[in-house]
Amino acid sequence: MADLYQSQRAMRQMRRAAMQRGVVAVLDVGSSKIACLVLRFDGNGPLSEDNSIGSLAGQSGFRVIGAATTRSRGVQFGEITAMQETERAIRTAVQQAQKMAEVRVDHVIACFSGANPRSYGLDATVDLESQEVTENEVARVLAACEVPDYGVGREVLHAQPVNFALDNRSGLADPRGQIGHELAVDMHMLTVDASTVQNLVRCIQRCDLELAGIASSAYAAGFSALVEDEQELGAACIDMGGGTTSISVFMKKHMIYADAVRMGGDHVTGDISMGLGVPAANAERIKTMCGGVHATGADDRDMIDIGGETGDWEHDRRTVSRAELIGIMRPRVEEILEEVRLRLDAAGFDQMPSQQIVLTGGSSQIMGLDGLASRILGHQVRLGRPLRVHGLPQSATGPGFASAVGLSLFAAHPQDEWWDFDVPVDRHPSNGLKRAMKWFRENW
Amino acid sequence: MRSLMPGRRAAQDPAPSRLRYRIQRWMLTPGIRMGLKIGLPLCVMAASAGAFLASEQRRDTVAVFIADTRAAIEERPEFMVNVMAIDGAGPAVAQDIREIVPVRLPDSSFDLDLEEIRAAVAGLDPVKSAEVRIRPGGVLQVDVIERRPAVVWRTRDGLALLDDSGIHVAELGRRSSRGDLPLIAGRGADAHVGEALSILRAARPLDGRLRGLMRIGERRWDVVLDRGQRIQLPAEAPEAALERVLAISEVKDLLERDVAVVDMRLSARPTVRMSENAVQEWWRIRKINGSGQ
Repeated sequence: MADLYQSQRAMRQMRRAAMQRGVVAVLDVGSSKIACLVLRFDGNGPLSEDNSIGSLAGQSGFRVIGAATTRSRGVQFGEITAMQETERAIRTAVQQAQKMAEVRVDHVIACFSGANPRSYGLDATVDLESQEVTENEVARVLAACEVPDYGVGREVLHAQPVNFALDNRSGLADPRGQIGHELAVDMHMLTVDASTVQNLVRCIQRCDLELAGIASSAYAAGFSALVEDEQELGAACIDMGGGTTSISVFMKKHMIYADAVRMGGDHVTGDISMGLGVPAANAERIKTMCGGVHATGADDRDMIDIGGETGDWEHDRRTVSRAELIGIMRPRVEEILEEVRLRLDAAGFDQMPSQQIVLTGGSSQIMGLDGLASRILGHQVRLGRPLRVHGLPQSATGPGFASAVGLSLFAAHPQDEWWDFDVPVDRHPSNGLKRAMKWFRENW
Repeated sequence: MRSLMPGRRAAQDPAPSRLRYRIQRWMLTPGIRMGLKIGLPLCVMAASAGAFLASEQRRDTVAVFIADTRAAIEERPEFMVNVMAIDGAGPAVAQDIREIVPVRLPDSSFDLDLEEIRAAVAGLDPVKSAEVRIRPGGVLQVDVIERRPAVVWRTRDGLALLDDSGIHVAELGRRSSRGDLPLIAGRGADAHVGEALSILRAARPLDGRLRGLMRIGERRWDVVLDRGQRIQLPAEAPEAALERVLAISEVKDLLERDVAVVDMRLSARPTVRMSENAVQEWWRIRKINGSGQ
């Protein structure tokens, strides 16, 4: 635990260094594509005269100066399976983005979707030593959280305080400076498989890059695809990627639940490929160009050339009707959405005051998905696109880039995590010299 | 399973090799890019220049080439100075200047040190100030303002001409050759020529009787008249004292009488010393008058 605390703190330091240098890269390692954005930070712009938050929701402190996408290789279900391949794919993306940005990038913030994320809700209560809540008290209450046994080989990816309560008052965003007797905190902790994270870290190190932060892509996608009131009132973001479908539930601008279904667009493509007997590339093309989930009468007459390169003329000139294609795709999409429904139910999403659901990710572009999703998930479903940020090229504004864009927002304005607070003083090893050295190292 | 052997990568794989990736990153590093853009050409130029100049023979060739080119430019007729023209100096002084100027014409104007020439010319005694320039047409123009002799100074060594600030202008062979200039004498007289000149102006009514001024004890002046008469002037305000003597002389014909010295050194007590004969005569007359009583 202390080790993770230290490494996450080290990443935070690295992020600060990168911000000071002004350039940081954002890397979304997905199952179907790897996206790399190069960001330039030039300080927070001044607020407008009337002190309102201004355009772009105040996210104008950075600018995208390089963007590149490449087909992902060696990644399945959001996890790295062939490291050499993935490393080369990352190199391709980073190189292209650097070329576009004309600047060398040394720090990378990465996100990934797989590795079986699991959410835990933690809480703790402490009696305040003095009347006032200080930073040290906040750190103490965070440290007092009883960490559940999340299993060997798992690591904490996020640990964010989502709610503070002081005596009888709950729902405090920032309790510091307030007067009370008893401070309680609710914390959301997300754990993932350690080996997956280690593989990703190793992969990025092999590309001569420094990891300045790591995040779950469910979190990042929710960060960019949900608008502000949805994040505040409560909403679920469903990022339908290639290999996984990640779910994140937001409330009061904090992620309170995250999960992933190990199914995605690649499985739909696989079904088409198997059902029609065509190569995967053809299946992907057919899915993108002609796919859908709602069959109508006209679709029976809409014939699609499915192609093939066997050399057999008859075989390569086959056609299927669009209705048949929909018949292949729809069960799989339904299956994915049913699975999402199960996860949301398990999380108690139906108890939330607002049950907005936002579909994003590359696979959310399937024609008619919102209609199908509203039948399975509930009525409040919309398709989400990432927030617009400065300098983002048109090609990277689609829903497939929700997590990349969300990660840039995360890079610019990270939410408080557990490791942003110092370990409370009484937990320190009582070695004065060590503490002096620590202070010295942190401040010089 | 995919082949694990290296070197058989698919042709359409867009991934850069690790080396290319690193090279690109190096090239994007500002320091290295600047080094390649500016430092490397500089190094190459410096190295090639060093290699060329490593051989002594080539160094000499370059030096000779530079010297030749320089000489060829300097010796162009446009830059040559052929004549020296001297303005504002008499023939004798001009002759001196021609002798003293440290150049042999014709010469290139690059080789002429005008400041040195000017210093040499201005160092001559009769020259008050000099200006040297090269006039278009290859003429070295020397403009001279000569010192004008104001007095003749007689010393034990001989006669000298001084200008109005007491600076030596020339030696003089005979007093009669510059009879128009007043004569001063005495040690330290040359340092007070201005004072002497103002006394001489005041002594203009004496006209033909004035022989000269004499500096006494490096302190004050005596006006020496013919018949051995002297007017001893005080150190302070000698002109006023002289004018006073002249005024008395106007009324009482003082200087016409047989007076040897008019002593004005103490202004409150002007004193007249009679000559020997006059004293004898006066005593004789008193005796006659006394006995006559």
